[in-house]
Amino acid sequence: MGRKAKFDDVGTVKQIKGPGRKAKKQKPPKMLPGLPKVEGENDLKKLSHRQKQRAARRIKKKEEIKLIRKEKKKGVKKEDNIPNINEKSDSKNIDTKNIKSEIIKQFSDSNNSWLKSKNSNSVIPERDDDIESYDSNSVIDDEQSEENGLESFDEDISDDDYLAGTLDDVDSSNESGIEDTIPKKKLSTKKRKAEDESDDELLPIEKAAKKLKAAKKKEEAKDNEEMKMQINVASQDVFVFPADDKIDEHIPIPEVEQRIKDILLVLSNFNKFREENRSRQDYTALLLKDLCTYFSYNTFLMEKIMHLFPLEDLMSFLEASETPRPVTIRTNSLKTRRRDLAQALINRGVNLDPIGNWSKVGLVVYNSTVPIGATPEYLAGHYMLQAASSMLPVMALAPQENEHILDMCAAPGGKASHIAAIMKNTGVLIANDVNKNRAKAIVGNFHRMGIANSVISTYDGRHIPQIFKNFDRVLLDAPCTGTGVISKDSGVKMSKDETDLQRCFTLQRELLLAAIDSLNYKSPTGGYLVYSTCSVLAEENECVIDYALKKRDVKLVDTGLTFGTEGFTNLRQHRFHPTMKLTRRYYPHTHNMDGFFVAKLKKFSNVIPKNEESENEEKVDTNDNNDNDINDEVQNTKTVTFKKRPKHGRGKNRTEKK
Amino acid sequence: MKQLTDERMKIFFEKLSKYIGQNIKLLIDRSDGKYCFREKKDRVYYVSEKVLNMGSMMNPDNIISIGTCFGKFTKSGKFRIHITSLDYLAPYAQHKMWIKPAAEQQFLYGHNILKSGLGRITESTTQYQGVIVFSMSDVPLGFGVAAKSTTECKHTDPLSVVCFNQADIGEFIRCEDDLI
Repeated sequence: MGRKAKFDDVGTVKQIKGPGRKAKKQKPPKMLPGLPKVEGENDLKKLSHRQKQRAARRIKKKEEIKLIRKEKKKGVKKEDNIPNINEKSDSKNIDTKNIKSEIIKQFSDSNNSWLKSKNSNSVIPERDDDIESYDSNSVIDDEQSEENGLESFDEDISDDDYLAGTLDDVDSSNESGIEDTIPKKKLSTKKRKAEDESDDELLPIEKAAKKLKAAKKKEEAKDNEEMKMQINVASQDVFVFPADDKIDEHIPIPEVEQRIKDILLVLSNFNKFREENRSRQDYTALLLKDLCTYFSYNTFLMEKIMHLFPLEDLMSFLEASETPRPVTIRTNSLKTRRRDLAQALINRGVNLDPIGNWSKVGLVVYNSTVPIGATPEYLAGHYMLQAASSMLPVMALAPQENEHILDMCAAPGGKASHIAAIMKNTGVLIANDVNKNRAKAIVGNFHRMGIANSVISTYDGRHIPQIFKNFDRVLLDAPCTGTGVISKDSGVKMSKDETDLQRCFTLQRELLLAAIDSLNYKSPTGGYLVYSTCSVLAEENECVIDYALKKRDVKLVDTGLTFGTEGFTNLRQHRFHPTMKLTRRYYPHTHNMDGFFVAKLKKFSNVIPKNEESENEEKVDTNDNNDNDINDEVQNTKTVTFKKRPKHGRGKNRTEKK
Repeated sequence: MKQLTDERMKIFFEKLSKYIGQNIKLLIDRSDGKYCFREKKDRVYYVSEKVLNMGSMMNPDNIISIGTCFGKFTKSGKFRIHITSLDYLAPYAQHKMWIKPAAEQQFLYGHNILKSGLGRITESTTQYQGVIVFSMSDVPLGFGVAAKSTTECKHTDPLSVVCFNQADIGEFIRCEDDLI
């Protein structure tokens, strides 16, 4: 019994659906590839009885002749062929080897072992025999068709069909896949035969020349192939710029990543890898778009960041911005020493290390079995959770004991408490923050840390110079877009646009001028101001400092920080003051801390430079067109702030509304 | 920002003396400058004269804290000491309790101290005496009222309360908004 092949409707083989008796349904057996197609029978006329008889006889006759021929040939061929092959083997050694390897490759693994062990020569002669038999078959066919010329054409075709797929063929196809190579073999052997025949007629020198020619041809062909391969490899590596209409297509993230890498490669050696009709702008525009999609930034911010970094740093910055920085704590030197604190925390199962040579109070926490923000030590005010970068501006400020110090934007009090700790609770510290709710955090932190020399206030920083002008030092950690702390707050990536940035740097400029105004330049120990932001954008850093340098009698001084990259003096269209080198920048990818900017200014007098008109012109030159209206705005507020502003009544908040 | 009235001064010092006794004098007569108590919105701040001068130039509405807050007067006129005063109470404390590390967490979550958690106690502590609570490594953790005298503590069973929690440093996190 077994499976029934449904030969009658081959095209529409249907598997019966639903569970059957057998768990696994078997498909009907496949027809052997060499067999004549059954459906062809339907097309042809059915043979008559006589015809069938004749066909049977014909086959019988053919087989008899075949057998006789084979026996004859075997005897003759072995004598003829073997020397020929030996002759050829020198020149065509590589060729035959290739063919052999091809054949061997096409066997399955299980067969591989015994095939290898067998003498490889045997493969080809056997084939040759087979091919001989095929050849003889075809010869016979021809003869027969001549003999039976009267018979119908259909018959012939059917015969041919039948003969083309002889039993021999079926047998050979049992050794799976060999039949594919047979046509090639046929051709090559035929060629060889022809060559042999022609060789007999040629002189030995001519033969040698022919051989050389053949060898040359082969080499050339090989070279060509190699060239093709190389071209292929090159074309795979070099980035193909997508067509204009396909640029806007959405492609999956892994492809975007690959494309970013490709574009970066192209841009790294633009002359070599570029496409002829594409400019650098095209590539950077595409890179911008891809980076936006891959890191989910908005275009504006990504453009700003791209302007800031060379291409090799860009990716590392963006990637570093995705990963959080290590947790760091600062020892409260008012209450404990770093060594004692480290010991106490290690006893609680916290794994930590000193932060580095540059700080004597910082510790890095690698991991912890207890919540680091709720240990008894934390509650007792022995340490403060504080980013490493936040310690830098205070170190740059270098507060002294018994000074009057202002922290203009203090919340939540990390830097301010650091200042107080360095001052050893002497002098006066004013920790100001405009936001009352955030200022509450300062209260909690200061009391926990045991800071008693402070006033916590909620002024708008821009109004402080109206009350105090006698600070020895001022720390201005200005509110910013937070592009340096994207790892903490990734919302920045999408939410900040041009107007946000403009608002930020306008406010920063105002705050900076106010901070400078509240400084006492006559102070014997001080007169210093430290400006810091957690942003990496030049608009919020160098531009603001540059603005202050023009507007007030201040100069940049060395921050005293031993590490960090220098601030920009040139950036695209901006040309900053040469002393901008003294400012320090910190990046997540180079310093493993939040992106940060620190600048230290010293005030020399209360003089406000008067040449505003000329400065206006300068500013138009130095800043973008976009900045102009903002600058004007700043100018207006400045005139209001420092000249006309009423202290009481309706007009006192005028600047805030602007 | 005003000086305490005599009446409030009396209530305040009475309360304070429960914890630090006669050491209040040391808070007022200091070698490193003049210090004083000032009242603002019912809260009492302990502040140096220098800082106070700066503060007095500011608009009181814009000052949310100056110096150290000691506590506040309740609506009924009593004084309640806040945890923020611990830095000044702890060094001058007359009666102390030390608690075992296992009981630290309990206390910092606002619970009373049981006999089982008590490590050490000052001799001659009477019942309802104000005590400052320390960890065994002498870190001040808060303050409270002794529920039992020292002699009673020795003989009581391990699960009985020996100190009522009044304030603990866990409040810095638990009640950050209510500190001032």
